[in-house]
Amino acid sequence: MTSFLRCGREALLVEVDDLDAALALYAALRSAALPGVVDLVPAARTVLIKIDPAVTSPAAVREATAGLRLDARREAGSGTVEIPVRYDGPDLAEVAERTGLSPDEVVELHTGSRWTVAFAGFVPGFGYLTGGDPRLDVPRRDSPRTRIPAGSVGLAGRFSGVYPSDSPGGWQLIGSTSERMWDLDRPEPALLVPGVEVIFKAVDR
Amino acid sequence: MTLTILRTGPLTVIKDEGRPGHAGQGVAPSGAVDRGAYARANALVGNPRGAAVLECTLGGLRVRFDEPATVALTGTDAVLTVDGTRTAVEEVVSVPAGAEVTVTMPRRGLRSYLAVRGGLAVPAVLDSRSTDRLAGIGPAKPAVGDTLPIGPAPATPSPRTTSPSLAALPSTASPSGTPSPLAEGVGGPADADGPLEVDLGPRDDWFTAEAIQTFLSAEFTVSPSSDSVGLRLDGPVLARARTDELPSEGVVRGSVQVPPDGHPIVFQADHPVTGGYPVIAVLTPAAADRAAQARPGARLRFVVAPA
Repeated sequence: MTSFLRCGREALLVEVDDLDAALALYAALRSAALPGVVDLVPAARTVLIKIDPAVTSPAAVREATAGLRLDARREAGSGTVEIPVRYDGPDLAEVAERTGLSPDEVVELHTGSRWTVAFAGFVPGFGYLTGGDPRLDVPRRDSPRTRIPAGSVGLAGRFSGVYPSDSPGGWQLIGSTSERMWDLDRPEPALLVPGVEVIFKAVDR
Repeated sequence: MTLTILRTGPLTVIKDEGRPGHAGQGVAPSGAVDRGAYARANALVGNPRGAAVLECTLGGLRVRFDEPATVALTGTDAVLTVDGTRTAVEEVVSVPAGAEVTVTMPRRGLRSYLAVRGGLAVPAVLDSRSTDRLAGIGPAKPAVGDTLPIGPAPATPSPRTTSPSLAALPSTASPSGTPSPLAEGVGGPADADGPLEVDLGPRDDWFTAEAIQTFLSAEFTVSPSSDSVGLRLDGPVLARARTDELPSEGVVRGSVQVPPDGHPIVFQADHPVTGGYPVIAVLTPAAADRAAQARPGARLRFVVAPA
Protein backbone atom coordinates (compact mmCIF):
# COMPACT_ATOMS: atom_id res chain seq x y z
CA MET A 1 0.00 0.00 0.00
CA THR A 2 1.23 3.48 -0.81
CA SER A 3 0.35 6.52 1.30
CA PHE A 4 1.18 10.10 0.54
CA LEU A 5 2.00 12.16 3.60
CA ARG A 6 2.07 15.94 3.67
CA CYS A 7 5.57 17.29 4.33
CA GLY A 8 5.37 21.04 4.12
CA ARG A 9 5.29 23.16 0.96
CA GLU A 10 8.49 21.87 -0.65
CA ALA A 11 8.24 18.09 -0.33
CA LEU A 12 6.00 15.03 -0.26
CA LEU A 13 6.64 11.89 1.82
CA VAL A 14 5.60 8.62 0.20
CA GLU A 15 5.22 5.65 2.52
CA VAL A 16 5.28 2.08 1.20
CA ASP A 17 5.24 -1.39 2.78
CA ASP A 18 8.92 -2.19 3.12
CA LEU A 19 12.50 -1.49 2.08
CA ASP A 20 12.21 -3.30 -1.27
CA ALA A 21 9.13 -1.30 -2.19
CA ALA A 22 10.89 1.91 -1.18
CA LEU A 23 13.93 1.10 -3.33
CA ALA A 24 11.69 0.20 -6.29
CA LEU A 25 9.81 3.49 -5.93
CA TYR A 26 13.14 5.35 -5.62
CA ALA A 27 14.41 3.74 -8.83
CA ALA A 28 11.17 4.55 -10.66
CA LEU A 29 11.25 8.18 -9.51
CA ARG A 30 14.89 8.50 -10.55
CA SER A 31 14.22 7.32 -14.08
CA ALA A 32 10.98 9.30 -14.35
CA ALA A 33 12.85 12.58 -13.60
CA LEU A 34 9.60 14.42 -12.89
CA PRO A 35 9.76 18.17 -13.58
CA GLY A 36 10.42 20.24 -10.45
CA VAL A 37 11.76 17.32 -8.40
CA VAL A 38 15.09 18.50 -6.97
CA ASP A 39 16.05 15.59 -4.72
CA LEU A 40 14.95 12.12 -3.59
CA VAL A 41 15.64 10.61 -0.17
CA PRO A 42 15.09 6.84 -0.03
CA ALA A 43 14.73 5.26 3.40
CA ALA A 44 13.50 2.10 5.13
CA ARG A 45 9.91 2.33 3.94
CA THR A 46 9.61 5.84 2.56
CA VAL A 47 10.85 8.03 -0.24
CA LEU A 48 10.93 11.76 0.40
CA ILE A 49 10.39 13.77 -2.79
CA LYS A 50 11.76 17.32 -2.57
CA ILE A 51 10.38 19.80 -5.05
CA ASP A 52 10.94 23.32 -6.32
CA PRO A 53 7.56 24.95 -5.54
CA ALA A 54 8.17 27.45 -8.35
CA VAL A 55 7.99 24.57 -10.86
CA THR A 56 5.59 22.03 -9.36
CA SER A 57 3.41 21.31 -6.31
CA PRO A 58 3.10 18.45 -3.83
CA ALA A 59 -0.32 17.66 -5.37
CA ALA A 60 1.08 17.43 -8.93
CA VAL A 61 3.97 15.23 -7.79
CA ARG A 62 1.56 13.02 -5.87
CA GLU A 63 -0.51 12.45 -8.99
CA ALA A 64 2.55 11.75 -11.15
CA THR A 65 4.01 9.36 -8.55
CA ALA A 66 0.75 7.41 -8.21
CA GLY A 67 0.88 6.78 -11.96
CA LEU A 68 4.45 5.37 -12.00
CA ARG A 69 5.09 1.75 -12.92
CA LEU A 70 7.30 0.12 -10.32
CA ASP A 71 9.99 -2.36 -11.25
CA ALA A 72 11.13 -4.56 -8.38
CA ARG A 73 14.58 -5.14 -9.88
CA ARG A 74 17.40 -3.55 -7.94
CA GLU A 75 20.94 -2.66 -8.80
CA ALA A 76 23.47 -5.41 -8.23
CA GLY A 77 25.77 -5.17 -5.26
CA SER A 78 29.13 -3.50 -5.67
CA GLY A 79 31.61 -5.51 -3.65
CA THR A 80 32.37 -6.22 -0.01
CA VAL A 81 33.98 -3.95 2.56
CA GLU A 82 35.58 -5.25 5.77
CA ILE A 83 35.49 -2.80 8.66
CA PRO A 84 37.76 -3.38 11.71
CA VAL A 85 35.95 -2.45 14.93
CA ARG A 86 37.10 -2.03 18.48
CA TYR A 87 34.02 -3.08 20.47
CA ASP A 88 34.31 -0.66 23.38
CA GLY A 89 31.26 1.55 22.78
CA PRO A 90 29.57 3.35 25.69
CA ASP A 91 26.26 1.58 25.02
CA LEU A 92 27.58 -1.99 24.59
CA ALA A 93 26.51 -2.98 28.11
CA GLU A 94 23.06 -1.43 27.64
CA VAL A 95 22.61 -3.19 24.29
CA ALA A 96 23.55 -6.47 25.96
CA GLU A 97 21.05 -5.84 28.73
CA ARG A 98 18.24 -4.86 26.35
CA THR A 99 18.80 -7.88 24.09
CA GLY A 100 19.34 -10.37 26.91
CA LEU A 101 22.76 -11.22 25.50
CA SER A 102 26.25 -10.90 26.94
CA PRO A 103 28.49 -8.15 25.47
CA ASP A 104 30.57 -10.87 23.81
CA GLU A 105 27.47 -12.34 22.20
CA VAL A 106 26.49 -8.89 20.87
CA VAL A 107 29.95 -8.66 19.26
CA GLU A 108 29.66 -12.18 17.86
CA LEU A 109 26.30 -11.44 16.25
CA HIS A 110 27.49 -8.10 14.89
CA THR A 111 30.65 -9.57 13.34
CA GLY A 112 28.82 -12.72 12.25
CA SER A 113 26.19 -10.94 10.15
CA ARG A 114 26.49 -10.11 6.46
CA TRP A 115 25.28 -6.54 6.31
CA THR A 116 24.21 -4.71 3.15
CA VAL A 117 24.01 -0.94 2.59
CA ALA A 118 20.30 -0.30 2.01
CA PHE A 119 20.49 3.45 1.55
CA ALA A 120 22.60 6.42 2.51
CA GLY A 121 21.51 9.21 4.77
CA PHE A 122 21.82 11.15 7.98
CA VAL A 123 25.21 12.60 7.00
CA PRO A 124 27.53 12.07 4.00
CA GLY A 125 28.98 8.59 4.04
CA PHE A 126 26.47 7.18 6.51
CA GLY A 127 25.09 3.91 5.11
CA TYR A 128 22.09 2.25 6.71
CA LEU A 129 23.10 -1.41 7.00
CA THR A 130 20.47 -4.13 6.93
CA GLY A 131 20.66 -7.91 7.13
CA GLY A 132 21.90 -8.15 10.71
CA ASP A 133 20.89 -10.80 13.20
CA PRO A 134 17.31 -10.07 14.33
CA ARG A 135 18.37 -10.36 17.98
CA LEU A 136 20.32 -7.09 17.60
CA ASP A 137 17.09 -5.05 17.46
CA VAL A 138 17.42 -2.17 19.96
CA PRO A 139 15.62 1.18 20.15
CA ARG A 140 17.41 4.51 19.74
CA ARG A 141 18.39 6.38 22.85
CA ASP A 142 15.61 8.46 24.43
CA SER A 143 17.50 11.69 23.85
CA PRO A 144 20.09 11.98 21.09
CA ARG A 145 23.69 12.75 22.05
CA THR A 146 24.77 16.17 20.86
CA ARG A 147 28.20 14.92 19.73
CA ILE A 148 29.27 11.46 18.66
CA PRO A 149 32.87 10.95 17.47
CA ALA A 150 33.57 9.92 13.86
CA GLY A 151 34.05 6.16 13.49
CA SER A 152 31.50 5.23 16.17
CA VAL A 153 29.64 2.03 15.29
CA GLY A 154 26.00 1.99 16.29
CA LEU A 155 22.77 0.04 16.31
CA ALA A 156 19.17 1.29 16.01
CA GLY A 157 16.13 -0.78 15.18
CA ARG A 158 17.26 -3.45 12.76
CA PHE A 159 20.01 -1.20 11.34
CA SER A 160 23.69 -0.83 12.00
CA GLY A 161 25.85 2.07 10.86
CA VAL A 162 29.14 3.92 11.29
CA TYR A 163 29.21 7.65 12.04
CA PRO A 164 31.43 9.18 9.30
CA SER A 165 31.98 12.51 11.07
CA ASP A 166 31.52 14.04 14.51
CA SER A 167 27.79 14.64 14.71
CA PRO A 168 24.75 14.48 16.96
CA GLY A 169 22.93 11.16 16.98
CA GLY A 170 20.67 8.80 18.86
CA TRP A 171 22.01 5.34 18.00
CA GLN A 172 23.32 2.87 20.59
CA LEU A 173 27.12 2.89 20.29
CA ILE A 174 28.83 -0.49 20.56
CA GLY A 175 32.29 0.24 19.15
CA SER A 176 34.51 2.35 16.93
CA THR A 177 36.62 2.04 13.79
CA SER A 178 39.52 4.00 12.33
CA GLU A 179 38.30 3.24 8.79
CA ARG A 180 37.21 6.44 7.03
CA MET A 181 33.58 6.32 5.89
CA TRP A 182 33.78 9.62 3.99
CA ASP A 183 36.81 11.02 2.20
CA LEU A 184 36.52 13.75 -0.42
CA ASP A 185 39.96 12.80 -1.74
CA ARG A 186 38.54 9.48 -2.95
CA PRO A 187 36.85 9.33 -6.38
CA GLU A 188 33.71 8.21 -4.57
CA PRO A 189 33.81 9.96 -1.18
CA ALA A 190 31.41 7.53 0.52
CA LEU A 191 32.84 4.08 1.40
CA LEU A 192 29.35 2.68 1.96
CA VAL A 193 27.00 3.16 -0.98
CA PRO A 194 23.75 1.27 -1.59
CA GLY A 195 24.40 -2.36 -2.57
CA VAL A 196 27.80 -2.78 -0.87
CA GLU A 197 28.19 -5.73 1.51
CA VAL A 198 29.78 -5.02 4.88
CA ILE A 199 31.54 -7.36 7.30
CA PHE A 200 32.64 -6.13 10.71
CA LYS A 201 35.79 -7.61 12.25
CA ALA A 202 36.66 -7.31 15.94
CA VAL A 203 40.13 -5.87 16.62
CA ASP A 204 41.98 -4.86 19.79
CA ARG A 205 42.93 -1.39 18.66
CA MET B 1 39.67 41.12 -6.35
CA THR B 2 40.05 39.59 -2.91
CA LEU B 3 38.56 40.01 0.53
CA THR B 4 40.74 39.57 3.62
CA ILE B 5 39.23 38.45 6.93
CA LEU B 6 40.37 40.74 9.74
CA ARG B 7 37.98 39.42 12.40
CA THR B 8 35.37 36.65 12.25
CA GLY B 9 33.06 37.46 15.15
CA PRO B 10 31.48 34.48 16.98
CA LEU B 11 30.80 32.50 13.79
CA THR B 12 31.17 33.33 10.11
CA VAL B 13 30.75 30.74 7.35
CA ILE B 14 30.39 30.74 3.57
CA LYS B 15 26.92 29.94 2.24
CA ASP B 16 25.06 29.77 -1.05
CA GLU B 17 21.89 27.98 -2.23
CA GLY B 18 23.30 24.67 -1.01
CA ARG B 19 23.78 21.30 -2.71
CA PRO B 20 20.42 19.68 -3.46
CA GLY B 21 20.42 16.46 -5.49
CA HIS B 22 22.96 14.45 -3.46
CA ALA B 23 20.67 12.98 -0.80
CA GLY B 24 21.14 9.46 -2.19
CA GLN B 25 24.80 9.75 -1.13
CA GLY B 26 23.79 11.04 2.25
CA VAL B 27 24.63 14.65 1.42
CA ALA B 28 22.23 17.22 2.88
CA PRO B 29 21.26 20.43 1.06
CA SER B 30 22.85 22.83 3.60
CA GLY B 31 22.88 26.39 2.17
CA ALA B 32 21.97 29.69 3.79
CA VAL B 33 19.93 29.29 6.99
CA ASP B 34 17.77 32.35 6.19
CA ARG B 35 17.20 31.84 2.46
CA GLY B 36 15.16 35.00 1.97
CA ALA B 37 17.83 37.25 3.47
CA TYR B 38 20.52 35.44 1.48
CA ALA B 39 18.61 36.00 -1.78
CA ARG B 40 18.03 39.69 -0.95
CA ALA B 41 21.73 40.28 -0.33
CA ASN B 42 22.65 38.90 -3.75
CA ALA B 43 19.81 40.77 -5.47
CA LEU B 44 20.90 44.06 -3.89
CA VAL B 45 24.41 43.85 -5.35
CA GLY B 46 23.17 42.48 -8.70
CA ASN B 47 24.59 38.98 -8.26
CA PRO B 48 22.96 36.04 -10.02
CA ARG B 49 21.04 33.50 -7.91
CA GLY B 50 23.35 31.12 -6.14
CA ALA B 51 26.34 33.41 -5.58
CA ALA B 52 28.31 32.66 -2.40
CA VAL B 53 28.15 35.09 0.53
CA LEU B 54 29.34 35.30 4.13
CA GLU B 55 26.82 34.21 6.79
CA CYS B 56 27.74 36.06 9.95
CA THR B 57 26.22 35.07 13.30
CA LEU B 58 25.89 37.91 15.85
CA GLY B 59 28.09 40.44 14.07
CA GLY B 60 31.75 41.10 14.71
CA LEU B 61 32.93 40.23 11.20
CA ARG B 62 35.54 42.64 9.80
CA VAL B 63 36.93 42.47 6.25
CA ARG B 64 39.03 44.51 3.81
CA PHE B 65 38.96 44.51 0.00
CA ASP B 66 42.03 45.07 -2.17
CA GLU B 67 39.92 46.84 -4.82
CA PRO B 68 36.77 48.98 -4.69
CA ALA B 69 33.83 46.69 -3.89
CA THR B 70 30.04 46.83 -3.92
CA VAL B 71 28.51 45.15 -0.87
CA ALA B 72 25.20 44.73 0.98
CA LEU B 73 24.22 43.26 4.35
CA THR B 74 20.82 41.68 5.04
CA GLY B 75 19.06 39.48 7.57
CA THR B 76 19.15 41.41 10.84
CA ASP B 77 19.18 45.01 11.97
CA ALA B 78 22.99 44.91 12.00
CA VAL B 79 24.61 47.35 9.58
CA LEU B 80 27.99 47.75 7.92
CA THR B 81 30.47 50.33 9.05
CA VAL B 82 33.07 51.46 6.52
CA ASP B 83 36.19 52.77 8.24
CA GLY B 84 33.94 53.43 11.25
CA THR B 85 31.14 55.20 9.36
CA ARG B 86 27.73 53.56 9.76
CA THR B 87 25.60 52.71 6.75
CA ALA B 88 21.88 51.87 6.74
CA VAL B 89 20.09 48.54 6.98
CA GLU B 90 19.99 46.58 3.69
CA GLU B 91 21.73 49.37 1.81
CA VAL B 92 24.01 48.84 -1.18
CA VAL B 93 27.37 50.32 -0.22
CA SER B 94 30.43 51.25 -2.28
CA VAL B 95 33.58 50.39 -0.37
CA PRO B 96 36.90 51.99 -1.33
CA ALA B 97 39.93 49.75 -1.74
CA GLY B 98 41.66 49.15 1.60
CA ALA B 99 38.75 50.33 3.76
CA GLU B 100 37.75 48.22 6.77
CA VAL B 101 34.18 46.94 6.63
CA THR B 102 32.65 45.75 9.91
CA VAL B 103 29.32 44.06 10.67
CA THR B 104 27.78 45.58 13.81
CA MET B 105 26.13 43.49 16.53
CA PRO B 106 22.44 43.01 15.68
CA ARG B 107 19.83 43.95 18.25
CA ARG B 108 17.25 41.81 16.52
CA GLY B 109 17.95 38.67 14.59
CA LEU B 110 20.93 36.35 14.54
CA ARG B 111 22.34 35.79 11.05
CA SER B 112 23.47 38.55 8.69
CA TYR B 113 24.38 37.97 5.04
CA LEU B 114 27.25 39.94 3.49
CA ALA B 115 27.13 39.80 -0.31
CA VAL B 116 29.88 41.20 -2.53
CA ARG B 117 29.19 42.02 -6.18
CA GLY B 118 30.89 39.13 -8.03
CA GLY B 119 30.35 36.62 -5.22
CA LEU B 120 32.92 34.65 -3.24
CA ALA B 121 34.86 32.53 -5.74
CA VAL B 122 36.15 29.81 -3.38
CA PRO B 123 36.25 26.26 -4.84
CA ALA B 124 32.92 24.43 -4.87
CA VAL B 125 32.50 21.02 -3.23
CA LEU B 126 29.82 18.82 -4.83
CA ASP B 127 28.57 21.85 -6.80
CA SER B 128 28.18 24.17 -3.82
CA ARG B 129 30.19 26.72 -1.87
CA SER B 130 28.18 26.22 1.32
CA THR B 131 29.88 25.16 4.52
CA ASP B 132 27.81 22.25 5.81
CA ARG B 133 28.42 22.42 9.51
CA LEU B 134 27.03 18.98 10.34
CA ALA B 135 28.65 17.13 7.46
CA GLY B 136 31.92 19.04 7.59
CA ILE B 137 31.97 19.52 3.82
CA GLY B 138 32.31 22.68 1.76
CA PRO B 139 34.72 25.56 2.26
CA ALA B 140 36.54 25.80 5.57
CA LYS B 141 35.24 28.29 8.10
CA PRO B 142 37.05 31.56 7.28
CA ALA B 143 39.78 32.45 9.78
CA VAL B 144 41.55 35.70 10.56
CA GLY B 145 44.10 36.42 7.84
CA ASP B 146 42.35 34.33 5.18
CA THR B 147 42.10 35.92 1.75
CA LEU B 148 39.02 34.91 -0.26
CA PRO B 149 38.78 35.47 -4.02
CA ILE B 150 35.87 37.52 -5.40
CA GLY B 151 34.48 36.54 -8.80
CA PRO B 152 34.17 38.87 -11.80
CA ALA B 153 31.32 41.39 -11.65
CA PRO B 154 28.16 39.98 -13.25
CA ALA B 155 26.81 41.38 -16.52
CA THR B 156 23.85 42.95 -14.68
CA PRO B 157 23.79 46.74 -14.41
CA SER B 158 25.62 48.11 -11.39
CA PRO B 159 23.20 48.70 -8.54
CA ARG B 160 22.72 52.21 -7.18
CA THR B 161 25.06 52.52 -4.28
CA THR B 162 25.47 54.84 -1.38
CA SER B 163 28.86 56.00 -0.35
CA PRO B 164 29.48 55.70 3.37
CA SER B 165 29.78 59.48 3.79
CA LEU B 166 26.22 60.01 2.52
CA ALA B 167 24.94 57.22 4.73
CA ALA B 168 26.28 59.05 7.75
CA LEU B 169 23.60 61.76 7.39
CA PRO B 170 21.13 61.82 10.28
CA SER B 171 18.31 60.58 8.06
CA THR B 172 19.87 57.15 7.78
CA ALA B 173 21.90 56.73 10.94
CA SER B 174 21.47 58.31 14.30
CA PRO B 175 24.53 59.89 15.87
CA SER B 176 24.08 57.91 19.08
CA GLY B 177 24.90 54.72 17.25
CA THR B 178 21.48 53.18 17.77
CA PRO B 179 19.88 51.49 14.75
CA SER B 180 18.49 53.96 12.25
CA PRO B 181 14.71 54.42 11.93
CA LEU B 182 15.02 52.53 8.64
CA ALA B 183 15.87 49.44 10.64
CA GLU B 184 12.17 48.86 11.21
CA GLY B 185 11.36 49.09 7.49
CA VAL B 186 12.38 47.51 4.17
CA GLY B 187 11.14 44.05 5.12
CA GLY B 188 14.53 43.16 6.45
CA PRO B 189 15.02 42.06 10.03
CA ALA B 190 12.90 39.08 11.00
CA ASP B 191 10.74 39.22 14.10
CA ALA B 192 11.19 35.97 15.98
CA ASP B 193 8.38 36.69 18.42
CA GLY B 194 5.20 36.15 16.35
CA PRO B 195 3.78 32.68 15.69
CA LEU B 196 5.57 30.59 13.07
CA GLU B 197 3.34 29.09 10.39
CA VAL B 198 3.43 25.32 9.95
CA ASP B 199 1.70 22.54 8.04
CA LEU B 200 0.95 19.54 10.27
CA GLY B 201 2.50 16.24 9.22
CA PRO B 202 3.96 14.01 7.99
CA ARG B 203 3.73 12.22 11.38
CA ASP B 204 1.21 14.27 13.35
CA ASP B 205 -0.78 11.04 13.78
CA TRP B 206 2.02 9.76 16.04
CA PHE B 207 1.03 12.33 18.69
CA THR B 208 -1.91 12.63 21.04
CA ALA B 209 -4.60 15.20 20.31
CA GLU B 210 -3.47 17.02 23.47
CA ALA B 211 0.12 17.14 22.17
CA ILE B 212 -1.03 18.70 18.88
CA GLN B 213 -3.07 21.25 20.83
CA THR B 214 -0.12 22.00 23.08
CA PHE B 215 2.20 22.34 20.10
CA LEU B 216 -0.16 24.89 18.50
CA SER B 217 -0.82 26.92 21.64
CA ALA B 218 2.13 26.76 24.01
CA GLU B 219 5.21 28.94 24.07
CA PHE B 220 8.61 27.31 23.44
CA THR B 221 12.01 28.75 24.27
CA VAL B 222 15.03 28.41 21.98
CA SER B 223 17.71 26.47 23.86
CA PRO B 224 21.36 27.60 23.91
CA SER B 225 22.37 24.27 22.32
CA SER B 226 20.69 25.35 19.05
CA ASP B 227 22.71 25.86 15.87
CA SER B 228 22.38 25.82 12.08
CA VAL B 229 21.52 22.09 12.28
CA GLY B 230 18.52 22.57 14.53
CA LEU B 231 16.72 24.81 16.97
CA ARG B 232 16.24 22.85 20.18
CA LEU B 233 13.12 24.00 22.01
CA ASP B 234 12.41 23.95 25.72
CA GLY B 235 8.79 23.95 26.86
CA PRO B 236 5.94 21.56 27.48
CA VAL B 237 6.56 17.92 26.55
CA LEU B 238 4.71 16.68 23.45
CA ALA B 239 3.34 13.21 24.23
CA ARG B 240 3.14 10.52 21.60
CA ALA B 241 0.12 8.41 20.76
CA ARG B 242 2.46 5.72 19.40
CA THR B 243 5.55 4.53 21.19
CA ASP B 244 6.98 2.18 18.56
CA GLU B 245 10.16 3.00 16.71
CA LEU B 246 9.83 5.08 13.52
CA PRO B 247 12.21 3.87 10.81
CA SER B 248 14.54 6.72 9.78
CA GLU B 249 13.09 8.78 6.95
CA GLY B 250 13.94 11.85 4.91
CA VAL B 251 13.45 15.25 6.53
CA VAL B 252 13.34 18.79 5.18
CA ARG B 253 14.37 22.21 6.41
CA GLY B 254 11.68 23.34 8.87
CA SER B 255 10.77 19.81 10.00
CA VAL B 256 9.75 19.83 13.68
CA GLN B 257 11.08 16.52 14.95
CA VAL B 258 10.10 15.25 18.40
CA PRO B 259 12.43 12.77 20.15
CA PRO B 260 11.00 10.55 22.91
CA ASP B 261 11.85 13.14 25.56
CA GLY B 262 9.08 15.25 24.00
CA HIS B 263 11.18 18.37 23.32
CA PRO B 264 10.90 19.45 19.68
CA ILE B 265 13.83 20.21 17.38
CA VAL B 266 13.26 22.47 14.34
CA PHE B 267 15.64 21.40 11.57
CA GLN B 268 17.54 24.23 9.92
CA ALA B 269 19.65 24.41 6.75
CA ASP B 270 22.41 22.06 7.91
CA HIS B 271 19.93 19.37 8.98
CA PRO B 272 20.72 15.69 8.39
CA VAL B 273 19.31 13.96 5.31
CA THR B 274 17.16 11.65 7.43
CA GLY B 275 15.81 11.68 10.97
CA GLY B 276 14.70 8.88 13.24
CA TYR B 277 11.98 10.55 15.25
CA PRO B 278 8.48 11.54 14.10
CA VAL B 279 8.00 14.99 12.54
CA ILE B 280 4.86 16.61 13.92
CA ALA B 281 4.83 19.55 11.47
CA VAL B 282 6.88 21.43 8.89
CA LEU B 283 7.45 25.17 8.92
CA THR B 284 6.57 27.11 5.77
CA PRO B 285 9.66 28.39 3.92
CA ALA B 286 8.98 31.91 5.22
CA ALA B 287 8.63 30.64 8.80
CA ALA B 288 11.86 28.64 8.46
CA ASP B 289 13.60 31.88 7.44
CA ARG B 290 12.23 33.61 10.52
CA ALA B 291 13.27 30.70 12.74
CA ALA B 292 16.79 31.17 11.36
CA GLN B 293 16.87 34.53 13.14
CA ALA B 294 15.68 33.24 16.53
CA ARG B 295 18.31 33.61 19.22
CA PRO B 296 18.78 31.34 22.23
CA GLY B 297 16.19 32.45 24.78
CA ALA B 298 13.73 33.62 22.11
CA ARG B 299 10.15 32.48 22.67
CA LEU B 300 8.36 30.84 19.75
CA ARG B 301 4.79 29.83 19.05
CA PHE B 302 3.38 27.79 16.17
CA VAL B 303 0.17 28.24 14.19
CA VAL B 304 -1.29 26.25 11.29
CA ALA B 305 -0.64 28.09 8.00
CA PRO B 306 -3.56 28.97 5.74
CA ALA B 307 -3.86 26.35 2.99
